[in-house]
Parts: sequence; structure tokens; C-alpha cells
Amino acid sequence: MDWLFIKEYYPLYIRSAVLTITIGVLGIVLSVIVGMICALCRYYKIPLLNGIAAAYTELSRNTPLIVQLFFLFFGLPKVGIVLSPEACGTIGLAFLGGGYMSESFLSGLGSVRKIHLEAAASLGLNGAQTMKSVILPQAASVSTPAVCANVIFLLKETSVFSAVSLADLMYTAKDLIGMYYNTTEALTMLVIAYLIMILPISIVFTLLERRLRHERV
Amino acid sequence: MKGYEVLFTGNNFLRLLSGLWVTLRISLISIGISLVLGVLLGAAMTVRNKAVKAVCKVYLEVVRIMPQLVWLFIVFFGITRSTGINLSGETAAIIVFTIWGTAETGDLVRGAFVSIPAHQYESGLALGLGKAQLYFYVILPQTVRRLTPNIINLSTRMIKTTALVSLIGVTEVLKVGKQIIDANRYDAPDAAIWVYAAIFFMYFIICFPLSVFSKKLADRSK
Amino acid sequence: MNEDVVIEVRDLKKVFGENVVINGISLTVKKGETVVLIGPSGCGKSTLLRCLNGLEPIQGGSVLLHGEPVEYGKRSLYRIRQKIGMVFQDYGLFPHMTVLDNIMLAPVKVQKRSKQEVTEEAMSLLERVGLGDKAKSYPSQLSGGQQQRAAIVRSLIVHPDIMLLDEITAALDPEMVHEVLNVVLDLAKNGSTMIIVTHEMAFAEAAADRVILMDGGIIVEENPPEKFFRDPDTERARKFLSTFSYSR
Repeated sequence: MDWLFIKEYYPLYIRSAVLTITIGVLGIVLSVIVGMICALCRYYKIPLLNGIAAAYTELSRNTPLIVQLFFLFFGLPKVGIVLSPEACGTIGLAFLGGGYMSESFLSGLGSVRKIHLEAAASLGLNGAQTMKSVILPQAASVSTPAVCANVIFLLKETSVFSAVSLADLMYTAKDLIGMYYNTTEALTMLVIAYLIMILPISIVFTLLERRLRHERV
Repeated sequence: MKGYEVLFTGNNFLRLLSGLWVTLRISLISIGISLVLGVLLGAAMTVRNKAVKAVCKVYLEVVRIMPQLVWLFIVFFGITRSTGINLSGETAAIIVFTIWGTAETGDLVRGAFVSIPAHQYESGLALGLGKAQLYFYVILPQTVRRLTPNIINLSTRMIKTTALVSLIGVTEVLKVGKQIIDANRYDAPDAAIWVYAAIFFMYFIICFPLSVFSKKLADRSK
Repeated sequence: MNEDVVIEVRDLKKVFGENVVINGISLTVKKGETVVLIGPSGCGKSTLLRCLNGLEPIQGGSVLLHGEPVEYGKRSLYRIRQKIGMVFQDYGLFPHMTVLDNIMLAPVKVQKRSKQEVTEEAMSLLERVGLGDKAKSYPSQLSGGQQQRAAIVRSLIVHPDIMLLDEITAALDPEMVHEVLNVVLDLAKNGSTMIIVTHEMAFAEAAADRVILMDGGIIVEENPPEKFFRDPDTERARKFLSTFSYSR
């Protein structure tokens, strides 16, 4: 192991990790918003929007992120829409994640038993009150494990960003391998960087899920 | 030339399809091997031996924690470097996707076995079935029923993930697309949007029916 | 119109696909009256209750609460439903709220009453049904009978003009049926207006001012309990009652 090499280049990894995380978090937040809107359109079966949301969900879930990114980055400029690599990464992740989040939220909303909706109705709660006090709290606890899994999945998907020349972790690693052939060091730092990013979140989510499961029993 | 015409000029479309076949072949081979190894792993995960269980669990978590692309890099660049063996991108990809697929299949198999309620075993035994009969007539059919939709989902995930192999130098559909775009840079400058849209829908046409099918199966077994 | 009439049903029709579930039912319930609906399963009695509360669209006739139509899907329904309390077979307590929060939801959020006043009333009602110490418990920590009593309190606290009870003991273990029905009996004695669907004949006899037998989507017989259970007018009623006794 070439420690000097590591010492010299680890700041590059930190910089690209920060970029990866920034875009990852931005994309995930957007995908939660997109997913929530789509899930509500489908839950309430809003005419037209229901169909659009369902079609979007299927399109985003049944195509690879890298192909979506290529379309955004290399395809769209041909019709005059030029996006920076950062914008591409964010939009791509939100497009992909929105579909996954929409499915998770929708199954949470759908899990609320009919009798609870009828009980709310017979208490005189209107649609908004029922959503806020009865549906959302129950749906949230049902959706949480799936949403957590999506977050980790999306964090891992950020590794694809280098394909649209976003200077992320993979990009840095590949660059260093290409320039100096210090493959072992470059890959070790890459693995450590991803471990630091994903492992704590994964542990927190596992604990959270265990607690939720415990509460529901 | 209009951009979309590039798709149908010469044998371009056929070239795209053969590029797609490269990734599909990688996924199919990996899925095939993963199924066999995954069933074995899943069976290992249900044994009572704590050490075996722990080893399986560690394997699963280690595979899961890293993005597949990182694994591709580790195997493609790392193994080449440390052993001197020159792996082709395709071989590296099959190794990575098999290791991953085995882990995920194993977990699904374990989950399916565990989800069979105890009273199924008990009522089978109460009917006087032998152990082999119990598994063959009662437990396995239910396990397979629960497993199939999940395995199809996993396959869809693997097919989508194989699109990454272009990043370790395999000439698959994205690479072929780029070649076509580059070759027509002057005749059809807007070819990129059409080519990438075409690739997008190629993946969709493969994965969407699989998703629908698995959902149908899952609903039926409820 | 008669001030005393709480709910009036005129020639109600309810169809599920090809299946006529309610085929022309007319019914009037006066203030303070307890009407018990009985009949074989699938006779349409639960559906009738659900129609009264606007939970189901109807295909003919009308339901009037104090002369105002109860119409499925209409905005006015939110207001009207506050006048109708409903208790379900499966309790329908919200699992993510404590018993007290379940009870306070409608009066605080919908009726905008003061929290303090509602809390006091909720506690005294819980006390009355024997659940004074369960206010802070979650539904999953209660027995079925306790949950059902809490659900009754949740309906009572909005001060409904009429209560609809839909087979509220059907999901309960036998030893819990009694504690729930005693609460209902107490309400009946104190002049609550109720329509009750039940399979408990002894309870029906004790609680009802009027017993209605439904079958095949129509009212077969309607009589005071003393008459209905001792000397029914129709052969159908006699036959129905005989299914509750055994001999060998």
C-alpha cells in the first residue's frame, strides 16, 4: 500500500464525496416530493393525473438510471436543453427515485383499512382532515421501511453519475487509476468512502425498522 | 438526415439490438448461475448452525453495502492488477452479477421458507405425511409460489444494472449507440436524442412486462 | 312535519351489480326510540345502516335526517354525519392514537370545541363505560370488548341525534358481549335514539322499542319486542326465531 499516494489524494475523495452526497441528498429530497405527489394523484384517482403518474412510475422504474442520464446529458442538448452534469445527476436521480418513492407511498396509503376511512367519515371528518389525522400517520409507519430501502438504493445509484462526467467518487477513482496505475490505493479509498457514506445510514435504518416493527406488534 | 432516420439507416437498429443482447446475455448467465447458487445459499441460511448463518449474513451484507459499479471496478481493475489475470469486461461483469445475484436470491429463498407458517408444517405432519412428502407436496409448492415474483423482480433489477458494463469497457448497447451517434455527427447532429430514447424504450420493453408479470403473480398468490 | 322524527327512509333501493340488496324499504325512527334490525346474514340489514350514513350510494328512494337528505358523495354529508354516530363490527379505532385521542379527534378537529371541555366529557364518558383507566392506552393494548366500548364513546361524544350500531358484538368473544351490550342497554334506557343491527336475540328483546325483521331486502315484520318474540305475525319470523333454539 502506497501511503504517500493515499495521503496526497484522499482530499480529492473528500471533495468528490461531498459532491456525491450533495447531489444524492438533493435528488432524494426531490424524489420524495415527486413520489408523494404521484402517490396522491394515484390514491385519489385524479383524472388524467392518475394516468400520467402511473405511466411515469412504470417508465422510471423499468429503465436503468445510466440510460436516463445519457438521455438527459447527451440527448436533450440536441433539442436545445443543455444541463450541467450536476443538474443531470439531480434530475436523473429524482426521476428514478420519484417512481420508487411513489410506489412505496402508494402502498402505504393503500394499507389503511377501509373501516378506518369509514369511521373517519362517520365522525364527520372531511377529506383533508381524514388524510392528515387518519391516513397519513398510518401510511407513514407502513411506508417507512420501503422508503428507507429506497434511500439506500438511491444513494448507491449515485455511483453512476460519473457516466455524465460528474466529478464524483467513481470519477475520481477511475481518474487516478488511469493516471497513476495505483489501482489498489484508488479502489481502497473508493470502498472506504462508500462505506462511510452508506454504512451509518444503513445501520440507523435497520434500527428504525426494528423499532417500528416492535411498535406495531 | 433527420435524427430518427439514423436509427433505421443501414443496419444501425440491428447493431443496437445486438448491443442490447450483450448486456442481456450477461444478465441471463448471471441470473442462471445465481439461481442455482442462491437456492443453496438460501437453504444454508435456514439451518440452525449459528456460524453458517453468520457467514451467510456477512456475505449478504458485504455484497449489498457497495454499489454494483464499485464491485465492477474492484473486480475489473483490482483483480487484473493484483493477480495479473486479464479479465474481459464481460467476464468481470458476470462474476460481479453472479456474486450479487446469489446473495439476493439466497435472501429471497430464505425469506420464502421462513414465511411459510408453522401450522402448514404441523397440519402436514398431522395428516401423516413423511418429511420428504411434507416438503414435496406442502412446503416447496408454497415456497416456489412466493419466490417466483420476487425472483422475476430481481431479474429485472439485474437486467437494468447490467447497463453499467459500458463503464468497464464492454461494447454494449450504450457504446454502440455512441458509435452510431459519432459516425453520423455531421449528417444527423441530433441523432443522440433519438438513439438514447430508443435505448431507453428498449430497456422498458424488456423490463415492464416482467414487472407486470411479477405483480400479477404476487397478487395471485396472496 | 313531525318534530319528533329523527330519520325517515322512503322506499330505499340499493343494488350491487345485478344483486338487489335493498328492495324498497320505508322506515321512520322517532326521537328516543331504539329500533333493532334482525334477519339472516345477507338480508341487507348492514347495508341499510351504511346507506343511512351515506357510506353507500343508493339507487332509489331517499334518506332524510331531520328532513334533510343524506346523499352519498355530497359536501353536506360532512355536516350531516356529525349528527349520526356509527359503531362498526371491527371497532375501527385508529391504531396510531390513544383511546382519548381517538375520542377527541372529531369534537376538537371537526366541531372545534374546546379541548378542556371535550377532555372532561371524554373522561366522564369513559368512566361511565368502565374505561376510566384506559384513556392513555392504545387500541392494541385493549381487549375487543374494551375497544368496542371506546368506539361507542367516540361516537357518543359528538352528541349525535341518532346512533347506528352495526353488529357491534359479532367480532367479540362471548364473555365480552355482555359488557358491551350493557353499555348499549344503558343508552337505550336513557333515551338515546338508535338503530341496532344484531344477532343477540335476548339483547334485542331487552333493548328494543321496536323490532324489525328483514329478509331478501325488504321488511318482513315490524312489531314491539313483546309481540315479535312471543307471537309474531308472520311465518317467516317464526321460522327465523326457531333457528335460535335447539332440540333433539
